[in-house]
Amino acid sequence: MRPMDINLFAGGALSRAPARTFAMLLATAIGVAAVLVLTSLGEAARTFVTKEFRSLGTNLIIVLPGRSETSGAGPGMALAETNRDLTLDDARATRRSPHVDLVAPVVVGAAAANVSGREREVTILGTTGEFKNIRKWRMAAGEFLPDVDMDRAAPVCVVGDTIAKEMFVTGQPIGEWLRIGDRRCRVTGVLEPQGTSIMLDVDETVIVPVVSAQAIFDSPGLFRIILQAVSRDRIDAAKQDVRRIITARHYGEEDITVITQDAVLSTFDGILRTLTLALAGIAGVSLIVAGVLIMNVMLVAVSQRTGEIGLLKALGATRQQVLVLFVTEALFLATLGGIVGICLGYVLIAGMGLAYSELSFTPPLWATMGAMLTAMACGVLFGILPARRAAAMDPIRALQNR
Amino acid sequence: MIRLDALCRNFQVGDQEVHALDRVSLLIGRGEYVSIMGPSGSGKSTLLNILGLMDRPTSGKYLLDEVDTSTMPEAELAQTRQRQIGFIFQSFHLVSRLSAEENVELPMLLAGDAPAARRARSRAALERVGLGHRHDHRPNQLSGGERQRVAIARAIVMQPKLMLADEPTGNLDSASGQEIVALIEELNAQGLTLLVVTHDPAIGSRAGRTLRFRDGRLDQDQPA
Repeated sequence: MRPMDINLFAGGALSRAPARTFAMLLATAIGVAAVLVLTSLGEAARTFVTKEFRSLGTNLIIVLPGRSETSGAGPGMALAETNRDLTLDDARATRRSPHVDLVAPVVVGAAAANVSGREREVTILGTTGEFKNIRKWRMAAGEFLPDVDMDRAAPVCVVGDTIAKEMFVTGQPIGEWLRIGDRRCRVTGVLEPQGTSIMLDVDETVIVPVVSAQAIFDSPGLFRIILQAVSRDRIDAAKQDVRRIITARHYGEEDITVITQDAVLSTFDGILRTLTLALAGIAGVSLIVAGVLIMNVMLVAVSQRTGEIGLLKALGATRQQVLVLFVTEALFLATLGGIVGICLGYVLIAGMGLAYSELSFTPPLWATMGAMLTAMACGVLFGILPARRAAAMDPIRALQNR
Repeated sequence: MIRLDALCRNFQVGDQEVHALDRVSLLIGRGEYVSIMGPSGSGKSTLLNILGLMDRPTSGKYLLDEVDTSTMPEAELAQTRQRQIGFIFQSFHLVSRLSAEENVELPMLLAGDAPAARRARSRAALERVGLGHRHDHRPNQLSGGERQRVAIARAIVMQPKLMLADEPTGNLDSASGQEIVALIEELNAQGLTLLVVTHDPAIGSRAGRTLRFRDGRLDQDQPA
């Protein structure tokens, strides 16, 4: 038989049983659409998280107090754990590394802020002027913290967008006084709205000099030291320098954890990639289910068309020709279902994009191709059993429709 | 044309072995018109199936055109069936979704002939059975007699040497039945070897030779 004739014959058979064809098409289409929608969800989560991490800055190195490694459980070990605080001097010392460009000590805590009688619980971020450059913040008005020595506790602060709007009735916070605990500071600047980021809600934050924050929270330690390496290829060198410098300052004890933004990023990236794959797998199961449905409906079709199969055999169709005809039908269905599913999937994804505009939903190409190929493979695979049954039919019995 | 040597066909029904055909030996020449008669279960349909290469004998030989069919592989049987044998059935067996013309084209479709050639030959075959004007009708738009004509056109379109008809008039009223018989007799007159299985003595007696079967055996072989 000519390939074109096989296609026409199979297509003709399908179009004569529209209800059956529609049911199978729908099952496959839903399976394919599910793969696209779920993987695009996973991808959206991944791009969202990596974008957030990137927005924290570039070439970042983060120093945390304490060692985040499992230590031995010997009796002497408890004594060896000192968990020394990170100090401003530690932060200042890291500047000695030629690979470090910017250094910002960070203290974070919550406290009540008060503006002429209006009080509100806010996040207090204590840092230095360099933090603005690391995070690449822009000012809506005024100035960020002054670039003075870390030790200087100037009575100034910078407020986030929400605080500027909600605590200052005049709408002009610059120059106004803001009270945190027993300290007063003058607002010198307002940040541009930032939206929520992974680390903190910048819009609801009051930024003060790091020493002021230490005084407010009555703690000499730092929450983090954030550093920016000179360039991407010097991140590792900077990381090692920082570790070496602080360890030396801590009398040779390595009681800090140094992580790089790249490492965190790639960890998250890896986790979320795995998640996307898992989602694809789950959706893939629905394709298998669609395949089973194709098989069942094809089996019904084979028994309904027994007479036709018998006739084809009487007219000289070989076993193989009958097999090819029915497998082609199943493949047709699966392919058509796959195409409909891709369209359906893209429509759903576009809908999701409208509903959640902050996430970008794009089904990955591998998922689109994979779903399509899986659908077609399912069609062939699950079409083979019914087709074999048709091919194996005894022409006489088939003609008598028994 | 056809030569059968001690042909047997047994079926297993439960634990009993049924001899549907029992040592049938037979010689049918080219261009003969043979009717096969006998009560139900006498083995005439089994014989027709074996002659049509849709079934294989349990033992014995069947030579078609001096070629032994018992050793043919399935693909070759299918091809022989396609090129040398035309079938007509009691219930026509037309594919309902296809037009008359497309039904007639089926054997050529399976043989892989070019579409243009197929169309021309199917039209010619439909003309020959007097249905040229209804080539684009579907089976359900045709009368019983017309449907059987389409089936006949399909059976002759490959220009076979042998035509096997299984109760060709069984589902027709007597007027259309007579037309169909006249048509296949005309084809026989043009050289086609014709074997008709029938219950109807009126039709059976028209053949040049009548084979009567009883309990799987060739009971009577009488020329008209």
